Amino acid sequence: MRYMMLLSGTNPSTPPPPELFEAIMKLGGEATEAGVLLDTAGLLPSATGARVTLAGGKVTVTDGPFTESKELISYALYDVRSKEEAIEWASRFVKVHRDLWPGWEGETDIRQVMGPMGPENVG
Amino acid sequence: LDNARPANHGHTRSAIEAVWRIESPRLIAGLARITGDVGAAEELAQDALVIALEQWPVQGVPDGPGGPGAWLMATAKHRAIDLVRRRARYEQKLQEVGRDMETQAQAYGEPDVDAMDDHIGDDLLRLIFIACHPVLSTEARAALTLRLIGGLTTHEIARAFLVPEPTIAQRIVRAKRTLADKKVPFEIPAPGELAARLDSVLEVIYLVFNEGYSATSGEDWIRPELCAEAQRLGRLLAGLMPRQVEVHGLVALMELQASRIGARTGPADEPVLLADQDRLRWDRLLIRRGLAALERAEHLGVVPGPYAVQAEIAACHARAGSVKDTDWERIAALYVVLAHLTPSPVVELNRAVAVGMAYGPERGLEIADTLTDQPALAGYVQLPVVRGELLARLGRLDEASREFTRAAELTSNERERTLFRTRAAACAAPNTEES
Repeated sequence: MRYMMLLSGTNPSTPPPPELFEAIMKLGGEATEAGVLLDTAGLLPSATGARVTLAGGKVTVTDGPFTESKELISYALYDVRSKEEAIEWASRFVKVHRDLWPGWEGETDIRQVMGPMGPENVG
Repeated sequence: LDNARPANHGHTRSAIEAVWRIESPRLIAGLARITGDVGAAEELAQDALVIALEQWPVQGVPDGPGGPGAWLMATAKHRAIDLVRRRARYEQKLQEVGRDMETQAQAYGEPDVDAMDDHIGDDLLRLIFIACHPVLSTEARAALTLRLIGGLTTHEIARAFLVPEPTIAQRIVRAKRTLADKKVPFEIPAPGELAARLDSVLEVIYLVFNEGYSATSGEDWIRPELCAEAQRLGRLLAGLMPRQVEVHGLVALMELQASRIGARTGPADEPVLLADQDRLRWDRLLIRRGLAALERAEHLGVVPGPYAVQAEIAACHARAGSVKDTDWERIAALYVVLAHLTPSPVVELNRAVAVGMAYGPERGLEIADTLTDQPALAGYVQLPVVRGELLARLGRLDEASREFTRAAELTSNERERTLFRTRAAACAAPNTEES
């Protein structure tokens, strides 16, 4: 089953410590070696992005930054056997932030990807 | 949120099972290094799991450095040390009593448990090689590999292979006993035997993949999951053996073949042949990964083996937008290479198809006609199908009709039979536009 993970959070005023990047790379390496991490990348701040909206029949474009309290930080695509496994991997990434970057708060949304590898395709 | 729960509590059993699946291969591999016995290692790892199932729901999932994985490892290590010490004492007692003066007590000594973490990669590789050891039957290798490296339960393996659970349980018990009886060492094969031993590993992974891939039943969604299992095993092995061209070749082959899974069945779960597949439904991510794996194989600059060549063929299809745009000349050439590496009438038959597409049906038929008296292809459905297609393209419709009739007689699949009968009838009575 494939799961898309979207990590978002609010950065504290302190810069991220180099150990955090090392720990993230190490975890990512472990997940890749285990054959479960298919794709991942960090995202630049929303200041460099844009949003296209359809509302009331009208298409509008808004340039970033967006005013939400949390910024999207990264995405990751996992190939695991269960939602619990996806949760376990996501927890490990969040805990690395907790342990190495005091004050950081955030969340990971875990969503199963539609496709032939999942029970939703049955029948 | 109302349904928020602390990550360390609630749903603990399934959370523990998830941790187990992630950690058990490394756990068992590390323990097998200490005990030298895969069966004992698995039992020790299971003991640690049982303790976790008792403690974690009460105390919460361990949250210290290294997380639950480190906890499981530490717990199992203690038990492994106890076991090794007990054995050493037993050997010593035997010697003291002098019951068996000939017995050369093994120098067990103190296990070097701290070295465990430094050798995880090597240990995992040893575990894969021992699970796929040639002293075991292919079925036993597959079951043991899914159990020890895939972290699957006996129940899940049984469901995946559509066999009763006791059969799998027995297969695994026997396999572990065989490894112990034959004193198969927990080690990476010596360079001289590495190629043959690696073949054995790759064969098992591809068998697991095909077990899932050739199942056309759409009701059993765990079987595509079996493909995914094999793909994960392949990726794991590629990380452990990055210099082996055939490992990347097999990974590429599986990713590329799996990219078509979504297009291989129609709305009524009927099989859809490659030529008729909606290529927009092919999984671009898996194609990208497959092509990347193939590139890694090529960059090694060594002669590719059969998996890499088959992956090259699959890549030709993956790169093409349609049957017409496919580089059939390249595929035909690759089948020559494949026939050289693994000569077989089936490979020749596939070459006949490619040659027929690249250079015209006449040339393809020349090859296919040389195969009609091959004993290995007697009763092989694809032979009359290929000949029928080529004959039809040459306008030799009576002969084509006979081939399709023959194919309909040979197949055991009802849907295929209907398909071939329809083709046979169409060739026997060509429509008015053509006449």
